[in-house]
Amino acid sequence: MNVVELRKMQLEKLQELIPYEYERVPLFRRRCDEKGVKPRDLVTLKDLGKFPFMIKTDLRDEYPYGLTAAPMKDIVRFHCSSGTTGKPICIPSTKNDVDIWSEGTARCLAMYGITKDDVLQVSYGYGLFTGGLGAHYGGEMLGCAVLPTGAGNTEKQIMLMKDLGVTAIACTPSYFLHLADVAEKMGVDFRRDTKLKHGIFGAEPWTEEIRRRIETMSGITAHDIYGLTEIAGPGVAGNCPYCNGLHIWEDHFYPEIIDPDTLEVLPDGEQGELVFTTLDRRGTPMVRYRTRDISRLQTEPCQCGRTMRIMDRIHARTDDMLIIHGVNVFPSQIETGLMKVPEVAPHYQIYLESTDTLDHFEIRVEVVSEAFSDNIRHLEELRKRVLVAVKTIIGLTPKITLVAPGTLPRSEGKIKRVIDNRRK
Amino acid sequence: MTVKQISIFLENKPGQLAKASRTLAENGVNIATLSLADTTDFGIVRMIVDDHEKGYEVLSKAGFTVRQTEVVMVKVADRPGGMAELMEKLDTAGVDIEYAYAYALGSGDTAILIFRFDDNAKAEAALAS
Repeated sequence: MNVVELRKMQLEKLQELIPYEYERVPLFRRRCDEKGVKPRDLVTLKDLGKFPFMIKTDLRDEYPYGLTAAPMKDIVRFHCSSGTTGKPICIPSTKNDVDIWSEGTARCLAMYGITKDDVLQVSYGYGLFTGGLGAHYGGEMLGCAVLPTGAGNTEKQIMLMKDLGVTAIACTPSYFLHLADVAEKMGVDFRRDTKLKHGIFGAEPWTEEIRRRIETMSGITAHDIYGLTEIAGPGVAGNCPYCNGLHIWEDHFYPEIIDPDTLEVLPDGEQGELVFTTLDRRGTPMVRYRTRDISRLQTEPCQCGRTMRIMDRIHARTDDMLIIHGVNVFPSQIETGLMKVPEVAPHYQIYLESTDTLDHFEIRVEVVSEAFSDNIRHLEELRKRVLVAVKTIIGLTPKITLVAPGTLPRSEGKIKRVIDNRRK
Repeated sequence: MTVKQISIFLENKPGQLAKASRTLAENGVNIATLSLADTTDFGIVRMIVDDHEKGYEVLSKAGFTVRQTEVVMVKVADRPGGMAELMEKLDTAGVDIEYAYAYALGSGDTAILIFRFDDNAKAEAALAS
């Protein structure tokens, strides 16, 4: 589809969505009225900028059905995201909503080079979390043979992977690292003993350095998939073999980049907060949902020929930002630094604690088994190199603690790498 | 003579050394001597055991990060000047000591020391001269 047609289609979809939302969702109507903006004011795509945003707390405040726009007879599925800090968020979806999301995931898989000949192991958690069912439905839509292992029971997963000739796996990058550890202990070599070629990784931020580690260690191609429960689930965007970023399926999910402070829309090419509008969703439509993910819409056309815009990989979530000793630090920056040191394993934790003076800032990191020396001087020297690698990026001097391989906690879902025990 | 030493990487957490010693004990491996080097965050236990292959295997299986290193066992005359003569020999040969510790053995007129040199072969040659 050429860009002109695409923009026309997006505008037409928006001109249907905005009145639909205005009629059915009281919160949206109230906010539009407060701003003095009416659905008919949407004449060009640019006019979308006049409409109010939605944020995560709206989803909590309006729990369970405040943002639901379709009648229950049309709802076929619920997904909820964990409410660790209070009420959960709940997304009721219609059949068509589920289909569009599955199509997004299927398009991603096809873009990665996966076909109906592939055996896809889904090791994301199934249930309220969107990862498992999202990858599952996408895989089935494409015609893959789907193996719904879910997360956990890792040794059995590896056995099935070997025995059934699994060629692609969908899970969080941290779970794959755990799986690789367990496989090594079982004497299973991915290259020699399995047919695994593709990894479809998402649901947590991960860096280019971790991607390279995974590829070198296992011989697979690591693909990035992006999504969020509020908008659909994994399958909103994915990387093609050419692009340094992720193509957004913007015929369904309309992206904007805003300045998170002024809330002004930024032109393509500038970095800011990613905002999505669900063009086709009718169960729980989202108009200008602020994702809190920091990204950029690239301006250069992609070699692959797709006209759907490319967003930068998510390196940072505004939610994840830590303020340490007055400096803004993203965990992904720390990860980038750590992974520059080959003796460091891709397992680390960031600890923060209040003290009477400056907050205690510590990074505990596993060293690979081969790097262990019986000479303290060598380990001290390694620690110094790790410190320099991190310090160069974040400009702070954390306490670096080297720990033995396999001692930090592993995760079967989204990993918790930051332990922040500071007094708020 | 050179002997095989086992080193274990330990986190500075209570019970780590006990767990390692218990693992060896349960497998009938006897510790002849050990030295504990530590910083505030981690420790390295270096030990000479009666069966280093078995010791290495059982500790690795128990999840410890273990290394085997060649170290040099040196007899020193148990009298004033014994150590000085030894050091002078090494000094002349230009050998660096990375670490050293004593071997616990019954009484006698010699003491036994364990050395890790930057160049074990060169050190052995110097000591034999």
